Amino acid sequence: MKLASRIHRLSPYVFLAPAVIIMGGASFYPVLHSIRLSFYDWSLGTDWASREFIGIDNYLRIFTDPSVFTSLGVTLTFAAAVVAAELVLGIILALLVEQGVRGLSVFRTIFILPMMIAPVVVGLIWRYLYDTRFGLINYYLQKIGIKPQLWLASPDLALPSIIIADIWQWTPFIFIIILAGLQSLPASAVEAARVDGCSTLQIIRNIKLPLLLPVITVALLLRLIDAFRVLEVVFIMTFGGPGLSTEVLSLHIYKTAFLSQRLGMASAVSNFLLVVILILSVVLLIIANPAKTERSAE
Amino acid sequence: MGVKIKKEDMPGRHKWMSLHYAVLLLMCFFLLAPIFVMFQTSFKVETQIFSVPPVWIFFPTIQNYIDVLVMDRFGRYLTNSLIVGVFSTLFTLTFGGMAAYALVRFKFMGRGIVSISTLLLRMLPPAVLAVPVFVIWSDWDLLNKRAGLILVYVAMNLPFTIWILYGFIAQIPQELEEAAVIDGCSPYQVFFRVVLPLIRPGLAAAAIFTFRIAWNEFILALVLTNRYTRTLPVATSLFLTDHGIQWGKIMAMGTLIALPPLIFTFIAARQIITGLTAGAVKG
Repeated sequence: MKLASRIHRLSPYVFLAPAVIIMGGASFYPVLHSIRLSFYDWSLGTDWASREFIGIDNYLRIFTDPSVFTSLGVTLTFAAAVVAAELVLGIILALLVEQGVRGLSVFRTIFILPMMIAPVVVGLIWRYLYDTRFGLINYYLQKIGIKPQLWLASPDLALPSIIIADIWQWTPFIFIIILAGLQSLPASAVEAARVDGCSTLQIIRNIKLPLLLPVITVALLLRLIDAFRVLEVVFIMTFGGPGLSTEVLSLHIYKTAFLSQRLGMASAVSNFLLVVILILSVVLLIIANPAKTERSAE
Repeated sequence: MGVKIKKEDMPGRHKWMSLHYAVLLLMCFFLLAPIFVMFQTSFKVETQIFSVPPVWIFFPTIQNYIDVLVMDRFGRYLTNSLIVGVFSTLFTLTFGGMAAYALVRFKFMGRGIVSISTLLLRMLPPAVLAVPVFVIWSDWDLLNKRAGLILVYVAMNLPFTIWILYGFIAQIPQELEEAAVIDGCSPYQVFFRVVLPLIRPGLAAAAIFTFRIAWNEFILALVLTNRYTRTLPVATSLFLTDHGIQWGKIMAMGTLIALPPLIFTFIAARQIITGLTAGAVKG
């Protein structure tokens, strides 16, 4: 208080102003504008005056337009598949290596490399690996007797192929979080169970997993939110094709706005996606209130 | 400690240890192999790239990099990416630091508001921002300008930066600042001369995150720039669709994009891991 009294009254506002103005102008205002746009029928490249107010028609179309519906289905399938696979794999791997491995920090550095790489580059790498003529995946599968697949060109395999790329990039994220969680478990609980004659599997099922539940839930929600935002990898690998088989919601928004040039409709789908993510985020906030969390960057 | 020694004595311990390492090494292989393939392909000539079976041992060529940077004028896009990345980072750190300082020292707003708005804004999908920002930027004459892109990136990164720096600033003993005030420093001098130098580790962590996001970001850069101002990821994606697929060059571009974040990872893995997992594991 002594310090504050010596400082000019306005200075807190001066310190806050640039951040508040920038976030207001380039985050909050665009979101508000997007809500406004969604009530109009307006084409890209035409005059703003030529827009037509159509009320909630754009939102009604979300539920009647089969392409939006397909896209929502693709997004849900993608999100469910990657989150489930990454959680199961990440937890199993973390449990396998949990105890006393030396040099773990070196391994952790290697594990975060895929996450650091631009999603565009991840898309490039996997598109190359999946290539039907000279891709390494087909070549080595053939060596072990599996016949070459069309991967990204096949309507049935394109989405699973993208899911595999996402699992590659993000399983280490779950692994690292769960490992950190495992290492912060009270050793006494595990020791007590072992003394009582519990098997390793019983300890995992009855002690470790229940104690880890909060950490697992947070990891799940973080990945779920990310999975709903997925765009770049799909953009590069398939651009939504073949057909609509990999057109996730973010890509659908991009195509509606900048290829079909229907800005109002694109805004409506944007807001729909935003609400879905908002709901997930609020659930995350209630479960893991970061205001209660201690400072995490050290 | 005692527990650990007991474990070393347990029979079968050795077998378990080698299983741990086998699992870890297998993971390393699967995670690194695709990155290595990109890196390796960028040094191959066309015939080696299309050869079946794949060539693993060959004489590397840097022709792809020369083609990309000199012939295809990708130097321009590399420069754009650097300018956008560096300025986004500088502005985010300065304004984020100032805001965090105000929130810590002048208690008119709680930490709770910062962390909640941080989290909510962090979730905002870039694809959702793309449409309205495109419309607004064409109105404000910010479209196709690097400044316009920098502005969005600063806004996107501010919440997380404020959140990280808040923790660091809260730990600075207030006596240090009081002493500076007694010595005649203005609040602004206190901030730039006393506070900023003390939170250098926090600034480094925030800088890595901000730069990485600005450097890697794709969809906003695609929508908000033109052929003069586009960044490396956008230029690469357009190269992919425009000219068929010249994998040698594409992989050279991919390597150029991937390199800075990979280098940062080796320099500051610990900070990155805490940042990535922030909030998930308490303590």
